[in-house]
Amino acid sequence: MGLESWMPEGVLTTSVEKVVNWARKSSLWPMPFGTACCAIELMATLASRYDLARFGAEVIRFSPRQSDLMIVSGRISLKMMPVLYKIWEQMPEPKWCISMGACASCGGIFDNYAMIQGVDRFIPVDVYVPGCPPRPESVIDAIMKVQEIVERDRLRPSPSKAG
Amino acid sequence: MDGPKIFEKLKAAMPDAVMASGSFAGQDWVEVERGNSLSVLRLLRDDPDFSFDCLMDLTAVDWLNQGMPERFCVVYNLFSYRDKIYFRVKTWVPEEDPVVDSASGLWKSAPWAEREVFDLYGIEFEGHPNLKRLMLPEYYTGHPLRKDYPLTGAGERDHFQKYNRETGE
Amino acid sequence: MEVEKELEGDLGSRRMIINFGPQHPATHGTLRNLIELDGEIVTKLTPEIGYLHSGFEKLAEYRTYNQVVTITDRMNYLSPLSNNVGFAMAVEEMMGLKITPRCAAIRVVLSELSRIADHVLSVGLQAMDLGAFSVMLWTFIEREKLYDIFEAVTGARLTTSYTRIGGVFRDVPPDFEEMCRTFMGKCSKTIDEIESVLNENRIFLDRTKGVGKISREDAISFGLTGPLLRSCGVPRDIRKDRPYLGYEGYEFDIVTAEEGDVYARYEVRVGEMRQALRIVDQALAKMPKGPVNVDDPRVALPAKDAFNKPQGGMEGLIYHFKNYMFGHGVCPPKGEIYSSTEAPNGELGWYIVSDGTQKPWRMRVRPPSLYNYQAFPRMTEGKLLSDMVAVLSSLNVIAGELDR
Repeated sequence: MGLESWMPEGVLTTSVEKVVNWARKSSLWPMPFGTACCAIELMATLASRYDLARFGAEVIRFSPRQSDLMIVSGRISLKMMPVLYKIWEQMPEPKWCISMGACASCGGIFDNYAMIQGVDRFIPVDVYVPGCPPRPESVIDAIMKVQEIVERDRLRPSPSKAG
Repeated sequence: MDGPKIFEKLKAAMPDAVMASGSFAGQDWVEVERGNSLSVLRLLRDDPDFSFDCLMDLTAVDWLNQGMPERFCVVYNLFSYRDKIYFRVKTWVPEEDPVVDSASGLWKSAPWAEREVFDLYGIEFEGHPNLKRLMLPEYYTGHPLRKDYPLTGAGERDHFQKYNRETGE
Repeated sequence: MEVEKELEGDLGSRRMIINFGPQHPATHGTLRNLIELDGEIVTKLTPEIGYLHSGFEKLAEYRTYNQVVTITDRMNYLSPLSNNVGFAMAVEEMMGLKITPRCAAIRVVLSELSRIADHVLSVGLQAMDLGAFSVMLWTFIEREKLYDIFEAVTGARLTTSYTRIGGVFRDVPPDFEEMCRTFMGKCSKTIDEIESVLNENRIFLDRTKGVGKISREDAISFGLTGPLLRSCGVPRDIRKDRPYLGYEGYEFDIVTAEEGDVYARYEVRVGEMRQALRIVDQALAKMPKGPVNVDDPRVALPAKDAFNKPQGGMEGLIYHFKNYMFGHGVCPPKGEIYSSTEAPNGELGWYIVSDGTQKPWRMRVRPPSLYNYQAFPRMTEGKLLSDMVAVLSSLNVIAGELDR
């Protein structure tokens, strides 16, 4: 899907890559998968004081089909994991994932029967943000790290099933 | 009408249902027999002397290996808006036959609390309109809040579908 | 599901089932509602919860009483200080401890500030769901100011873990009163602004008046508490009926409304915020001096410099050491207690059973959100789909508390 499918392999100019990556990183549309306390801190990051819209993340549409960055904020329980997986599958490529907070990264203080010990056991995570909950400045730092990852991205055929 | 008086009046009204009473830190409770728990609760709700019109909380405690009469104890915390007092009713439920009458017909706050107790303890409530699991997934087996269930569970949290970035599935 | 089989042959009809949640912008938290619709009218609504079940109660059985305080933060994450205070109070009641007056005053100020934090966000989200997005941004600014205060006092913005059994973590900083009074001045102006935007707004009134009504008898039978109960005309407030932490010494009114609809709940919440500001004012004026922790070596740690002094230093060291050993420290006597506080959402009850050791045998939290949410089908069945969104946001269901 997208740019990679109609550029034949081998004919990748670095300037096209640069432009595409710059466009992608400056308009990351997040999909906030907020469940618990970290969701409140994510909402605080999106609010007026630590404005996330200045990083291009203006559109918070809660729709997986229109976003490219999933921010898993909050603890994921047994019942919620299939929902998280479905939402992740519904997002089109290219997509990145930030695991915000201790609970999403490793289970946090909840080492018990009901909690997934880190979402990276089941979906691929690009950036982990420690903290319980992480300060909004840490979340902004994570978004900037994702921007660095996007900048280094090579245009390649995307592996999504639809494409 | 305070704790000891309620106990006396209950004992006078239903002598074979009421088994014991207790008190700690200024709070009183009464222990009733399992078979008559519903009638005691109905009396507490309807009788004009008591008028406990609200079931504040319904829960259970697992007393495994502590020398109590039975393993489980279902606890009803009642509140009266007229007199502004709390009162507790406890019923002992044995492990081999964990069934108790449901209070869903008496107070509208009971159904979900009973579903939660069923989910986490395995105590069944007879006469409940919809006794299904509340907090845990439908396929879950086991009752986590029991004392002999391990804290980290039996491996349910490790078996989900894994997404492979290379292949996209 | 049974209801799906029923509709199988019925494709051309207006009846349909919609899945609302658990991932949806209008559900505040991970709630799932299965709505059966007939056109736009909701015929049956089945809520499904448990998407955030974190096993708090099981976890609490493996932690000492002071460690459980960190768990209690994560339940109602909009006002974590209320949870901390409620839990500490329950254990102190069980042990028969009397806290110092300064500690009581500090706990009152922080509880009321967290009540303002909870209500202001609830009103903001309610307005956002009905279209007034800027109100949410204003309320978030108020919350940021409160976060500054909480951070200065407790060290953390959200997960404060401030109280300990017998006292609090540390005394408030010297400029606490000044910070609070600056906040109070600005907060009342913001509340006035919010009221001026919403109180006479045609759209807000049409979407909230007469919507989601519940009768007084139903409210009592469902176990509703807090603003939902007071908006039905029942003047129940634990701070007045069974005062704790010195609330009998403060002057404030119980805010009630009569209709029991969404607008009444909004009115009650705004009124409660103003009353909370009054209480904070009085508590700050009255703040007694003295120690914050109770002087009981079973419970509270001795002062840090106790074991650096040459005389009496060894005793302090021994008490400090013993406080953490198995069988010592905070060990309430064998027994059980049901204690409740007036949390912003309603009656937050704690049923704690102790077996005499350092860890609770059973810790049960009576979540106000569970009983509030149980009444949701009653408020929406037979009404329109868009009313459902307005009612859901007025209930202020917090998933962390609901599922624990």
